[in-house]
Amino acid sequence: MDRPIVRVEGLGKQYRIGARELKYKTIRETLVDAVVSPFHRLNGNVRSAVEEVESHIWALKDVSLDVQRGEILGIVGRNGAGKSTLLKILSRITEPTEGRIEVRGRVASLLEVGTGFHGELTGRENVYLNGAIMGMRKLEIDRKFDEIVAFAEVEKFVDTPVKRYSSGMYLRLAFAVAAHLDPEILVVDEVLAVGDADFQRKCLGRMREQGGRGRTVLFVSHNMVAVMQLCTRAVWLDMGKVRAIGEPNEITGLYLDSTTTGQGERAIHRMIRGDGMVEFLSYRVLNKELQERPLPTTNEDLFIDVVVKARERILHPAFGIEIYTSHQTLLTDINTREMGVSVSPLPKGESTLRIRLKEVPYLPGNYTATIYAMNPQGHLYSFVENAIQFELRQSPLCGTTQLDHRWGCVFTAVEFTNPGTQNSL
Amino acid sequence: MAVTGSAGTPAIPTDFLIVIEPKRGWVGLDLQEVWRYRELLYFLALREIQLRYKQTVLGAAWAILQPLLAMVVFTLIFSKVAKIPSDGVPYAIFSYCALVPWTYFANALSLSGNSLVGSANLISKVYFPRLIIPGASVLAGTLDFGIAFLVLLGMMLYYGIAPGWGVLLVPLLLLMTMGVALGVGLWLSAMNVQYRDVRYAIPFMIQLWMFATPIVYPLSLVPERYRSLVALNPMAGIIEGYRAAMLGRPFQWDALAMAAVLCVLLLVAGAFYFRRVEKTFADVI
Repeated sequence: MDRPIVRVEGLGKQYRIGARELKYKTIRETLVDAVVSPFHRLNGNVRSAVEEVESHIWALKDVSLDVQRGEILGIVGRNGAGKSTLLKILSRITEPTEGRIEVRGRVASLLEVGTGFHGELTGRENVYLNGAIMGMRKLEIDRKFDEIVAFAEVEKFVDTPVKRYSSGMYLRLAFAVAAHLDPEILVVDEVLAVGDADFQRKCLGRMREQGGRGRTVLFVSHNMVAVMQLCTRAVWLDMGKVRAIGEPNEITGLYLDSTTTGQGERAIHRMIRGDGMVEFLSYRVLNKELQERPLPTTNEDLFIDVVVKARERILHPAFGIEIYTSHQTLLTDINTREMGVSVSPLPKGESTLRIRLKEVPYLPGNYTATIYAMNPQGHLYSFVENAIQFELRQSPLCGTTQLDHRWGCVFTAVEFTNPGTQNSL
Repeated sequence: MAVTGSAGTPAIPTDFLIVIEPKRGWVGLDLQEVWRYRELLYFLALREIQLRYKQTVLGAAWAILQPLLAMVVFTLIFSKVAKIPSDGVPYAIFSYCALVPWTYFANALSLSGNSLVGSANLISKVYFPRLIIPGASVLAGTLDFGIAFLVLLGMMLYYGIAPGWGVLLVPLLLLMTMGVALGVGLWLSAMNVQYRDVRYAIPFMIQLWMFATPIVYPLSLVPERYRSLVALNPMAGIIEGYRAAMLGRPFQWDALAMAAVLCVLLLVAGAFYFRRVEKTFADVI
């Protein structure tokens, strides 16, 4: 039997929390630290040791796993479970704090499609640049260029700056480059959640085809259907540790079960983008009576109380929400800035933001929401993907039938009549 | 993180093994890895050039305008008003000859100093030797240098100055300029990731550095006892070198040799420092 193509042993990655604020120190702070810290040490080792422990978190801890050649390993877990950190270490973007990985082959990582794409450059220029960034040789790009452009269906626009592309064309071109990488190991993060459905299928098809040719794929996704369809094995990461590993069906089932339980106050994980002026801390999902039970349901108001923390008082905050099905289909993306609605000022420190979804038209099932805060100019304070999960309970929507997400995403009341014979009845 | 190019044992059919593990302290430069990514260096430099030429109205004209306008201003102020001597050469050509390499150097330094911060999305999403990023910035400016240099040749024709054999040394001088720019650029770019103050310090530093370098004045104006102090600035020797090469004047070999030594030192120290802090970039940026 072959040795595993990827062997992860006792991997751990520690991050400083609150690092957002400490992120880039100014020289002055470092100088001050240097002067002040000796006294800190004198003041007592115990206290500083406690602080030390508290100000660090392990994004990954004791993660060990083997991946065999040709496997397609799905990695699932909540936000902040360490999935992306694992991929980043595998892609050598960041270094582990402890442990070791042995990789026997060329790795290409796709943590994003179109890295390095620039609107001013033409499709052709971007393909070459992006290809080189992803580790392709110029000769290889020369050889595959026509194929890439044909795959993306942008033949006519190769020499047009990509800023003139539609967003669909842009993503197709970006993905086409990625789909033509030829590494032994491909590390993919969530990029399949882009593009139109047809194109997604085409990409999934290409990935599967390549997997069949001995390609090893490590694949992070929130799309459980994709994990079940594509992967040969799945691993569930939770709080930086491997919770379970095995058959994709079994693992996605376990994971989904764990996410639907747990009511009350739930923590919002980490901030993904933005300058951190506003942070989302936790949330509660409430029904139309502002109670946690029973769960809210279709056609009723739903409230989400989010605890937010502002670094300063913000006079004109703007908020937005994106709502997704459990298969990551976007249902709604709306924000107060574009609606032209003003929100009352956000006080400094913690406060509660109430989001009201009026008469939610979605069918019973599980949904996730991404929330974001920004200023009136659209500058992001905070953007948290899949921050909120909520469930709409079963209820008799029409007659006796229990509709749920198997019958679609949205409830529409439908009437069938026959106007021509109305009077003759 | 090291890539070991080990030949596969029979049990391992792959041609190499990558071991990813924590590294502490000083690490090797791993220039082999940089060499493997040389095409990326080229494409990133190309991008920088393409973007600048597409986003600016005047495009390539800036390559000429920058040193040319500086020359006009300097000629008016330093030659006509302050009456600074120029070693018997028309002041315009005297200063332009130094301004061409200096403009390149200043741009390369400021671009490479800010390059890592400007490439945050690349750094947090893709692996490649990070040395490539400031390297591409330094490389990209050479096109502008070439364009401005052609204008210098035109001016020399106009003034009837023939370059001596020393012109053959220009490629070497350019290499040294690139070396100093990259050496300092590596320090600045790496420090910029951690301390954003650097971004604001760079323009100021460049300005001070310019006046510490014999650009608007000849080195001969510096009193003899301070000459060795001036030689600690590698750009002093290099700029005087350009003048000697183009205007057919004697080379100051000692200053040039000193500059070469400093250039190598800066480059090596810069590269090692860069490699040492490189691993934290993705977490901090």
